[in-house]
Amino acid sequence: MAKSIDVSDLDIYYGDFKAVEGVNMTIKARSVTAFIGPSGCGKSTFLRSLNRMHEVIPGARVEGKIMVDGQSLYDSAIDPVAVRRQIGMVFQRPNPFPTMSIYDNVLAGNRLNSKRMKKATADAIVEKSLRGANLWTEVKDRLNKPGMGLSGGQQQRLCIARAIAVEPQVLLMDEPCSALDPISTSAVEDLIHELKADYTIVIVTHNMQQAARVSDDTGFFNLKAAGQPGHLVEFNSTKKMFSNPDNDATEAYISGRFG
Amino acid sequence: MTTVDAPPRGSLPLAAARLPVWAPGLVAAVAFGASGLLALLAGWGITAFVVLAAFLFVAGLPLWSAVVEGRRGAMDRLMTSAVWTAFVAALIPLVWLIWTVLSEGLSTINSAFLTYDMRNVVGDDQGGIYHAIIGTLLVTAAAAIISVPVGLFCAIYLVEYGKGKQLARWITFLVDVMTGIPSIVAGLFALALFVLLFGPEIRLGFGGSVALSLLMIPIVVRSTEEMLRLVPDDLREASYALGVPKWRTISKVVLPTCIGGIITGITLATARIIGETAPLLVIAGKTDSVNFNLFGERMTTLPVYIYYSFTQPGTVPFDAPPGTDPPGIARAWGAALVLIVIVMALNLIARIIGRIFAVKKG
Repeated sequence: MAKSIDVSDLDIYYGDFKAVEGVNMTIKARSVTAFIGPSGCGKSTFLRSLNRMHEVIPGARVEGKIMVDGQSLYDSAIDPVAVRRQIGMVFQRPNPFPTMSIYDNVLAGNRLNSKRMKKATADAIVEKSLRGANLWTEVKDRLNKPGMGLSGGQQQRLCIARAIAVEPQVLLMDEPCSALDPISTSAVEDLIHELKADYTIVIVTHNMQQAARVSDDTGFFNLKAAGQPGHLVEFNSTKKMFSNPDNDATEAYISGRFG
Repeated sequence: MTTVDAPPRGSLPLAAARLPVWAPGLVAAVAFGASGLLALLAGWGITAFVVLAAFLFVAGLPLWSAVVEGRRGAMDRLMTSAVWTAFVAALIPLVWLIWTVLSEGLSTINSAFLTYDMRNVVGDDQGGIYHAIIGTLLVTAAAAIISVPVGLFCAIYLVEYGKGKQLARWITFLVDVMTGIPSIVAGLFALALFVLLFGPEIRLGFGGSVALSLLMIPIVVRSTEEMLRLVPDDLREASYALGVPKWRTISKVVLPTCIGGIITGITLATARIIGETAPLLVIAGKTDSVNFNLFGERMTTLPVYIYYSFTQPGTVPFDAPPGTDPPGIARAWGAALVLIVIVMALNLIARIIGRIFAVKKG
């Protein structure tokens, strides 16, 4: 069910400010694609433009083309709400809904879209999603407790469970481990490995080792200079990126010589 | 007094001289004693005695502290005692007010006072405020029914849809202006409106509700706006990312997250307008009878009842001992006590609701 994404000549703006320019890439289906690069180079902005979350910010807009399954995402006929149902997102900071229990948080995507379902179906979705997010064994006895009562790592996995409960085609992850300890991080990484079988995953990370561990393809974003738009420097298979990159700047960044 | 010798390098002076914990108490006792003595000798009243004592305390404690603890300690003591004095000064009128209303009004309150109206009550016959309680509750409830939807949706527009838009800026400005409208002007506006619609003799409770809603809407908008802004954008984005439309995000995620604060704000706004007198004087009028119909005839509310009982208290019965107040005065105090109890109950309800709907953790 996973889909690939084709991006061509994508420019992203905040009002008059051009944040990212001229991105071309193909994100393969059923693989993990990682974006690395220094802070403020537009990785997250690019990620958010992939499911039309970018335009939630007032004044933000996009020029260029993103094709998913033969449809242009920014075509005027496209409903952004429908796009977001197919392309889910996990954020940098865990953000479970504070008014809802763990159970309701997992079902939030279905419930908030007023899908009516039987109790048994709902239970099945909750268990499947929580198992998928490696959280089931930890929370199965307290599904009716508030989601905010979990630890940071558990909350983040709850958010992942919530995102996969609506069964999207693509899962976008914006630095999902930056607020997590190493144990939770490794749990999330294991999860990414498992999810790869069913989903197209795009992940932004500041952690080079993480990009090397989890991804099949890697994109390196960089700024030409401060105040200039960010751009995609190199997009290659992870193996090649971390052993023998085409671009000198990529090698410098990966080996820690700048940025 | 200040230390001249710099401590030798390597030493780490963390301990410093401190006043004992009972120092503020001692200074307060001395201040009151000295002030009391002076007041006795010079024959001053209680006000001068208290003011002098407060001044002596605020000046004395920092002085002592300056000698023992140094400059920073003295400043700390000065500010702390200034803050405490201001706190007590603010508390005095409040306690005084409640004490006065209780002592004057409590004797009037009985079951008859709460269940009789004032129809055909002459002199010191048993009268009551039943009609005014009904009037207050109906007029205020109608005002809330008008204001809450308008204020709520206005705040939702301002926070969720109008960010950075010219229209939103104008609405914010106008809401600010509305906050400052004198209540009598709101009453005159409502009167003018209903006179235009129904002729010059019109007086009705609903007109009072319209006037009160003019005063209540800006308060509801303001408090709801603050609450909505407190909801982190993370939650909105989390909801959008699940493919939830914006209106459902607002109704199912944003509002439930801050509903406790919103309801608290609405209850406090209600408590604020329930004591309004001026607009109701001009548009709702005054009657001695119970009136359950908001849309017809005059309707008395508690504040208006208090006003009329006080300005037209009736005559003292001829057989009463000299110095007795006219009967209206006692009724005004009784009604004032009932009004305060209603407002306090509303505040209490607001707190309980805020507690119940607060986001639970763990």
